[in-house]
Amino acid sequence: MSDKPPGWSAARVIAVAVLLIAPFVGTLWVSSYSRTEPAFIGLPFFYWYLLVWVIVSALCTGLAYVLTMRVERQRHAWRRARAAQPPQGEGDGA
Amino acid sequence: MSGGVNTTALVIFVFFFVLVAVVGFAAARWRRAESMLHLNEWGLGGRSFGTFVTWFLLGGDLYTAYTFIAVPALIFGVGAQGFFAVPYTIIAYPLIFVFMARLWSVSHVHGYVTPADFVRGRFGSKTLATVVALTGILATMPYIALQLVGIQVVLDVMGVGGSSSSSWIVQDLPLFIAFALLAAYTYTSGLRAPALIAFIKDALIYLVIIVAIIYIPIKLGGFGHIFDAAEKHLSSTNPATHKPFGSIIPATADSQWAFGTLALGSAMALFMYPHSITGILASRSRNVIRRNASIMPAYSFMLALLALLGFMAIAAPGVLGAVAKAGKNAQLSVPLLFDSMFPDWFTGVAFAAIGIGALVPAAIMSIAASNLFTRNIYKEFFRPDATPREETRVSQTVSLLVKLGALMFVLFMDKSFAINLQLLGGIWILQTFPSIVFGLYTRWFHRWALVAGWAVAMGYGTWAAYGVEAPGKPGSHFGGSIAPIPFIGGSWYIALTGFVMNVLIAVILTLILKALKAPEGKDETKPPEYDADAEEPGVKDLPEPAAP
Repeated sequence: MSDKPPGWSAARVIAVAVLLIAPFVGTLWVSSYSRTEPAFIGLPFFYWYLLVWVIVSALCTGLAYVLTMRVERQRHAWRRARAAQPPQGEGDGA
Repeated sequence: MSGGVNTTALVIFVFFFVLVAVVGFAAARWRRAESMLHLNEWGLGGRSFGTFVTWFLLGGDLYTAYTFIAVPALIFGVGAQGFFAVPYTIIAYPLIFVFMARLWSVSHVHGYVTPADFVRGRFGSKTLATVVALTGILATMPYIALQLVGIQVVLDVMGVGGSSSSSWIVQDLPLFIAFALLAAYTYTSGLRAPALIAFIKDALIYLVIIVAIIYIPIKLGGFGHIFDAAEKHLSSTNPATHKPFGSIIPATADSQWAFGTLALGSAMALFMYPHSITGILASRSRNVIRRNASIMPAYSFMLALLALLGFMAIAAPGVLGAVAKAGKNAQLSVPLLFDSMFPDWFTGVAFAAIGIGALVPAAIMSIAASNLFTRNIYKEFFRPDATPREETRVSQTVSLLVKLGALMFVLFMDKSFAINLQLLGGIWILQTFPSIVFGLYTRWFHRWALVAGWAVAMGYGTWAAYGVEAPGKPGSHFGGSIAPIPFIGGSWYIALTGFVMNVLIAVILTLILKALKAPEGKDETKPPEYDADAEEPGVKDLPEPAAP
């Protein structure tokens, strides 16, 4: 088995980063959505926009979880396999 | 409402309180929660429950007096500004997702149960650890104070003493009852609160939320009508300030900055609180934290609809007048709205949900704060070899002192908006963020630089919050949480301004101290420990702190 734990590909890192950063951009850039029109079922834009972001952010975090878990499972298996090997007198001893 | 006692509502309210107390007491005898770590519902997420039950219990944790009373009260008073709680809860979860898994790993390798434990191990600094522990205890008090206000206002509206009386003892009677309830509850069952109480509490809360957010808007003629009424009222002139009350969207650049920084600062502060960290660390594995962080945002939806109760209270006939009559206490708006909309028996159910929803988290917070004291201050400085019995006794005493501290915050702080209690806690607790979160990623910062950054930011934050006058009350203090940035202007949540100062000072002093070769302290952690997961070598269950 390899000496290094299974790593994150660059594409995966970027995808997870975008998914986790998107809610910040979407909700903290207040001037981009601070208006009343168009209203939806009587709710001014400002309010239903944030309600939509609640759902979108849940999807973002959920997807980030799925993408993260693939690597986490591989690493978990790698660490356990390594721990099960007979000691070779090297490594960081974590 | 004002004057008489609402007997039906009061009987039902008392019934549910007694039920919870009896169930808690009985269940505690039947099966005691294994440790303090498992009290918090985040912790329950790590145990044998399935995903749905986990989701149910975790969500119930969110609905405290903050969501039911404080946020709608701010919307009732000033409009859109109060809706910052929605972006706050949206962005809190990505933050937990990223940072807390690392804290879980390193804590489970070294047996850390508090944030101060971690800081001490990472930076080899007793001073920095003490500072983090003291900040946690201090910041928890106003947060508990907010829960006391939640119980106080429902008692008030049911006619148990309260604002309609002229004698101060009777005026503050609901507050003292709230305090006594909390102390008694923590003492008997709060400390062993089993999952069963959480089930009753959460079922009650969901029932009330669903009824409130469907029934009230329909009865008031839909959201279009509610927002028309809200806009009309908020744009009218407040006789106390000679300015409009507020607005239904943050229209000026200042109000948009305030909105954004309140959301970001609150989200960053949320998981620095001792009770949040204890709960998160109790999860079964680091990825359970991530899973929970990804199913939780669904709850923010109901939180948002609850926040809109503030607008509904403006639109509902009679509530504005009743609040004005009761000394303009905006915190009464939601209880008064429920009282005017629901039949008496359901008002009782709703008030019980608010009351129990405030009681349980307040108990958990005060236990977490007192354990922090026992572990990181008492044992560290006074009695390193204290027996478990002694620890328990100290924890019980401190838990009571923390609640007394909370009571002082309610009595002596400005009462315009109770949310400022929680926001003041946020100003303080956020200043531990650099030591904890930056510490999870790098040892570059010097321990003394972190202490200095914390000290300046705490001083600035407290001073700036002291200087904010409540709207229409010149010369008052702690009346808000927004202030201009020194030398720059604008309007930011003070916590975030303090945080920026904190980081700047920490960076500059670290460079200087490194140039001077000041001793850096021993780091007992190693890089791989920050990624370790359950069932791997070196990862162990956390020790049990004293559970009085």
